[in-house]
Amino acid sequence: MSANREPGGRTVQATLPIPPEVYREMGLNDAEYQRVVEVLGRHPTYTELGMYAVMWSEHCGYKFSRPILKLFRKYREAIEGSGLENAGVIDIGDGFGIAMKMESHNHPSAVEPFQGAATGVGGILRDIFTMGARPIASMNSLRFGNLDDPRNRYLFEHVVGGIAFYGNCVGVPTVGGEVCFEECYSGNPLVNVLSVGLVRIDEIAFARACGPGNPVMLVGSRTGRDGIHGATFASVELGPDSESRRPNVQIGDPFTEKCLIEATLEALKTGYIVGIQDMGAAGITCSTCETAAKAGTGMRIDVRKVPLREEGMTPYEIMLSESQERMLAIVQKGHEDEVARIFTKWGLNASIIGEVTDDGLIHVYDGNELVAQVPAKSLAEEAPTYVLDTEEPEYLKRVQSYDLSSIPEPDDYNQALLKLLASPTIASKEWVYEQYDHMVQTNTVVLPGSDAAVIRIRGTKKAIALTTDCNGRYCYLDPYLGAQIAVAEAARNLACCGAKPLAVTDCLNFGNPEKPEVFWQFRRCVEGMAEACEFFEAPVVSGNVSFYNETPDAAIYPTPVVGMLGLIEDVQKRCTSAFKGEGDVIVLVSGWTAEDEASCDLNSLGGSEYLKAIHGLAVGKPPVLVMEKEKRVHRVVLRAIDQMLLNSAHDCSDGGLATTLAEGCIMGDVGAQISLVSNCGPAAALFAETQSRIVVSLPAEKLGKLREIAEDEQVEITVLGRTHGDKLEIAVNDEPVINVKIMDLKEAWCRSIPRTMED
Amino acid sequence: MKFGVIQFPGSNCDQDAYYAIRDVLQQPVDYIWHQESNLAGYDCVILPGGFSYGDYLRTGAIARFSPVMGAVQEFADRGGLVIGICNGFQILCEAHLLPGALLANNTLRFRCKYLHVRVENDTSSFTHLCYRGQVLRIPIAHHSGCYYCEPDVLKELEEQDRILLRYCDRDGNVTEQSNPNGSVSNIAGILNEQGNVAGMMPHPERAVEDLLGSEDGVLIFRSIVERLS
Repeated sequence: MSANREPGGRTVQATLPIPPEVYREMGLNDAEYQRVVEVLGRHPTYTELGMYAVMWSEHCGYKFSRPILKLFRKYREAIEGSGLENAGVIDIGDGFGIAMKMESHNHPSAVEPFQGAATGVGGILRDIFTMGARPIASMNSLRFGNLDDPRNRYLFEHVVGGIAFYGNCVGVPTVGGEVCFEECYSGNPLVNVLSVGLVRIDEIAFARACGPGNPVMLVGSRTGRDGIHGATFASVELGPDSESRRPNVQIGDPFTEKCLIEATLEALKTGYIVGIQDMGAAGITCSTCETAAKAGTGMRIDVRKVPLREEGMTPYEIMLSESQERMLAIVQKGHEDEVARIFTKWGLNASIIGEVTDDGLIHVYDGNELVAQVPAKSLAEEAPTYVLDTEEPEYLKRVQSYDLSSIPEPDDYNQALLKLLASPTIASKEWVYEQYDHMVQTNTVVLPGSDAAVIRIRGTKKAIALTTDCNGRYCYLDPYLGAQIAVAEAARNLACCGAKPLAVTDCLNFGNPEKPEVFWQFRRCVEGMAEACEFFEAPVVSGNVSFYNETPDAAIYPTPVVGMLGLIEDVQKRCTSAFKGEGDVIVLVSGWTAEDEASCDLNSLGGSEYLKAIHGLAVGKPPVLVMEKEKRVHRVVLRAIDQMLLNSAHDCSDGGLATTLAEGCIMGDVGAQISLVSNCGPAAALFAETQSRIVVSLPAEKLGKLREIAEDEQVEITVLGRTHGDKLEIAVNDEPVINVKIMDLKEAWCRSIPRTMED
Repeated sequence: MKFGVIQFPGSNCDQDAYYAIRDVLQQPVDYIWHQESNLAGYDCVILPGGFSYGDYLRTGAIARFSPVMGAVQEFADRGGLVIGICNGFQILCEAHLLPGALLANNTLRFRCKYLHVRVENDTSSFTHLCYRGQVLRIPIAHHSGCYYCEPDVLKELEEQDRILLRYCDRDGNVTEQSNPNGSVSNIAGILNEQGNVAGMMPHPERAVEDLLGSEDGVLIFRSIVERLS
């Protein structure tokens, strides 16, 4: 396209309109194109058009989600106040902060699972260390279709392989997460990755291009043609031609990332870096305009100074490349060499590509030729937003009103339990986390497999706990309640290891928001989540929205994944979910009264894994949640752990009470004798996923103290039985229904995924 | 007495080894950059785990050519103690400071887990505080940990008592099931002929505090410290 050719030219004078098919192909609609023309007062150049298309995509510009995200308090305050940073930082005392963020890499992983997942890890790590925080742990939340389908097995294997490839090499422990399997994710897997970093509060780095005259430095890898328009690709539905999008997927180089982590942290220590931002979606375009917009400055850069991986790249390609392992650093003038030397020492490029200006504009030169001249804020902060129509989906009434009383009791409860334990969503994920280095940095004090991972903070008595949670089926059956349960369950998982919730990062995965039913699901989920996060005092501090998770066949379940951070004041006072040997008393700490516990309304099997795994049904309403009751249960368990009363604590969730008990037995390699009371059939007593319940075990002599705490918190506790022998035996209303050897439970639970993947 | 922990670009257990020596063993320790060519002043050099230079070619294959490896060779020739852990073991094999090679795990997957190893040699500078047959609980974390050597080398290792550790079950039985990666003869760690260079796949620096699940790795480091003092 036309751009004027005057050496050091001051204005771009493109007058030819861009044909609609060109801007539409890039993802802009007619009104958005007109808006660009208005902002510039002329037609854009091709390079400018590309910059607007990618920055105004949903992926970068949040044009659909932003109005709804304002329901999150911290987000609203940030938008109205000082602006958003790359990842929220949470003060944990002792002068330390935790940077935390979660991000999706769903679309790339759908077409190239290994590199898609790997670069997802790389991207989220850069979000963390760009704040000056050393990444100390990662997690991931994955969703796939059924494993009977070879394509889904392929996606599962290679997503896990890609995360391992990248995460293991960079030396950041991958300490856990979740993996779920549902047909709706077939062909559209979810790959959400979370990372946390540790930073001294007084050393947080900011993504601001301050100080006109300061040089702008590009550090890290060379720039290639990979990933051009990746963000735009993430903003459309997957279809039959998605395979051809493979070149939109970036390639990861974890070795360079590891060097980039060390070099960046070392360079920040010099104090000569005034601003820094990672390059992810939209590459140089995004990092230049965002840092300038935040600082109220402008920037002049020359794409010819960008070290390239291949010859003949156009300014358009250089500005939009999503090549990995790159950062943009704004350096204090006069100290370029000191900073560059550190990156060079680590074998990385450090090239000055331009400087900060005071005119609020991004000037992009191609040598002497000016190819773009746009207001930074118009790209970074003024993406058009839309208030989309919402409409309650038709399916809801149908699935919610399903007559659950028509479902028969199983013939054999033992078989039902074994089948549930072998259901891949419930089964042990050892096959997955064994492939991740979860111990490097030697701070992981609760290893994967428990309710939450625990990372000690060196130099303090403290530890942090991390969990990710979301039951997509619940959100499908009732988006508002499902999202609240995701938050409640995350907080419950933290309580089980002795941690108090501090903050949430979220990853909101939905279908096409331009469909009113999908946008309704989105809005309801965010409403539920925002309310629950405030209630559990764990505000959403960062996050990511991923729309267009659909194939021509169907949209995914609404899946708002919650990543929750908790704090343990004294790392010695922590707990895990495995039973610890013979003779302990097993107690149910429940938000409900014994009467509630026995009732059928509360113990509905609606939305349960049992209905799914045994009867192939995703129907009913998710379990009832009363947040006040839930919180009291957490308080009881937290106080009991603080007084070192408990030997184990494990939350009741997928698969119900029987599954919780079986897992405690399998992990602790000890049996249990249990007696339950129910008014509505053994299946409900065993498998209903009633909320606000935690199973704990403790020596009998400490039971009195636990009772005191429970009474104080107005929570009922029920002795269910004790750990004993090598079998799990459960009687309901004195009728024996479960009697299985731990060995057999273990075989079902531990071998299910390896068998599927290896045999 | 002073320890040195070598830092290759891509090392990622360097800091863990450093903390283990400084904070747990309470001994003096420095990082040694891979371009260093002088190891004067050190008594024991640790080659840590990680992915030196990315290990995109073959584990340890690039690192052996780095400047510091010449210095390590001289240091070993002079009798200095050298221990390679995980990637460090791979590098020592590539540099022919130890015999044999480390191949991809027979599972073809990365494996990170706590497991058990049996002490086979209780007189070496690295294990003399253990007793023969003692079972240590130490984690592994590797993709290429399958130790391989020719039968005659294996015979030599056995005859010269140069096998340090073997993978075993919790009761100390060396079984096929307890072998996590297909290593020949369940070998988890070996010595050179002079007895001053050791390589092991398990990570003793990850098992130095009760808080982390085991303190058995301390025995390895304390053996070194006592031998040197």
